[in-house]
Amino acid sequence: MNIVVLLKAVPVVGTERLDGSFLTDRSVQLEANGNDEYLLEKALKLTEAHGGETITLTVGPAGSMEPIRKALAMGAARAVHVADDALRGSDMRATLDVLTAALKKMQPWDLVFAGADTSDGQGGVLGAALSVTLGLPYLSYASEIEPTDGGGVRIHRINPTGYDILEAPTPAVVMGTQLLGAPRYPSLRGIMQARSKPVETWSLADLGTATAAVGAGAATTKTLDAAKPPERAGATFVREAPDEAVVKVVEFLAARRLI
Amino acid sequence: MAAQIWAIGEIAEGQPTKLTLELATLARTLAEKGGGEARTLLVGTGASGAAGAAAAYGPDVLAVEADTAGRPVAAVVAPRVAALVAERKPDFLLIGASNDGKDICGLLLGLTDLPLLVNGAGVAWGDGAPSVEMSTFGGKLVTHSTFAGTRGMVIVRPASVSAETASVPGKVEQVAVSVAAELPAVKVTGAVEESGAAAPIEEARIIVGAGRGIGSPDGLRVIEDLAAALGGAVGATRAVVDSGWVPYGQQIGQTGKIVKPALYLACGISGAIQHKVGVQTAATIVAINRDADAPIAEFADLFVVGDLFEIVPRLAEALRARKSGSA
Repeated sequence: MNIVVLLKAVPVVGTERLDGSFLTDRSVQLEANGNDEYLLEKALKLTEAHGGETITLTVGPAGSMEPIRKALAMGAARAVHVADDALRGSDMRATLDVLTAALKKMQPWDLVFAGADTSDGQGGVLGAALSVTLGLPYLSYASEIEPTDGGGVRIHRINPTGYDILEAPTPAVVMGTQLLGAPRYPSLRGIMQARSKPVETWSLADLGTATAAVGAGAATTKTLDAAKPPERAGATFVREAPDEAVVKVVEFLAARRLI
Repeated sequence: MAAQIWAIGEIAEGQPTKLTLELATLARTLAEKGGGEARTLLVGTGASGAAGAAAAYGPDVLAVEADTAGRPVAAVVAPRVAALVAERKPDFLLIGASNDGKDICGLLLGLTDLPLLVNGAGVAWGDGAPSVEMSTFGGKLVTHSTFAGTRGMVIVRPASVSAETASVPGKVEQVAVSVAAELPAVKVTGAVEESGAAAPIEEARIIVGAGRGIGSPDGLRVIEDLAAALGGAVGATRAVVDSGWVPYGQQIGQTGKIVKPALYLACGISGAIQHKVGVQTAATIVAINRDADAPIAEFADLFVVGDLFEIVPRLAEALRARKSGSA
């Protein structure tokens, strides 16, 4: 079973900023999107148990290599990195087209894994969109992923009261959650091995995608302005002993008509 | 040109969800501002039955009955919405940021050529198109975005607006939709109920949050008791969920839910950025923490410095005493 994990390189959480054209500045240090690492971990466990390779796919600038190397150190067999200056400022639709072209070029594979959403874009929709452009079944919000005896895939999809059990033939696109389990830390041996693992770097030309179809110039959405949110007034501190503190809290809540 | 704005609703237990009613209200408001027309679209099992309740919020309801049994809801809804979009050419779609809503929207991104803005925390009518407010980068920035063209989809978070019924209810139109091709088959082969599943925290007016400071599953009892005294729900940080003390559905933060309650009472929560993202738009935030230097001080309104095990039970008791006193 070969699994492609979509791995987005996002600005280190807490350090994000916009550039002068209201685009996320991706020249800062990048890390693997937190939600994607749960899927990477699950893919590694599945390919370790059932054979096959885990391959990561990243669309992003040069700084993406650091999280890609980490994924290889964790155990991914190889990586594909789509990098092209023309991609800067791409909207979700252009990103969808590029990921679709890259995944088609990477075939054959059995499963594509996508994280529930990203820390910078917060969309969580590309997995579903890719299932349509690739013409494949889509299974989402997975807390468990396992192969079926018939060569298909079975997942647990979380819902408000528990989970549904979903099944589909492969190839398929699976979007998953952190319930799949915490990602491992790369071992020293893994870090050493990662240095010799292959990373294929593709440009838009390699994918047959026109540069005019992507990037800020082709974007179908635009950011008009960005500002710091209105500051909260700042916390009023209550340092009294518990009994008096509770009286103060009750007064505060009552004054705001919350109780 | 009068813009057509559609709220894409969801049905739960035969009724439109709370988020659906918020979207219907929002569609109506935007149409009033922009001189356009609003519709609420309900697709799925029980759409006709749910349509009346949705129509009270103003927009005419397009009800499409479709059997969702044995299939993921989004896989049934999305192709039917896409077929209606192709036929009636609405300009803007509002879709809820629920799990099913985001799946529907993602499938529509592939099925239509509509541009998409995600993570909307507020939507106003701008220059001929919606202007979408987003809280981004852990709340460090508030941005406004719009579409380059004159059509698009917006994912709207819960509690971005309050659902308000209209003075004149909408009409209900039963619509039959034929779908040229269904999406590749995914079967729902079973469902498992898990104990401990609580009321959805996205809809709670008051949430009591449990952080690492609760120390153990036993520590959760005092949090649950306070939530009960306040008539609220229990939320938690990722550390608490990872420990298995609280189900994932109640996790607040970057990899969990984004909530907007009237009151968030954070107990033993330091307020790391990943948690802050999920709760910073709460109207009032009260923190209870031993460490007065915890980062949550930066976004709390009231900060009680102390041991949560001494304060939380007393607070629950005081609230109950107050309630019975005023009854």
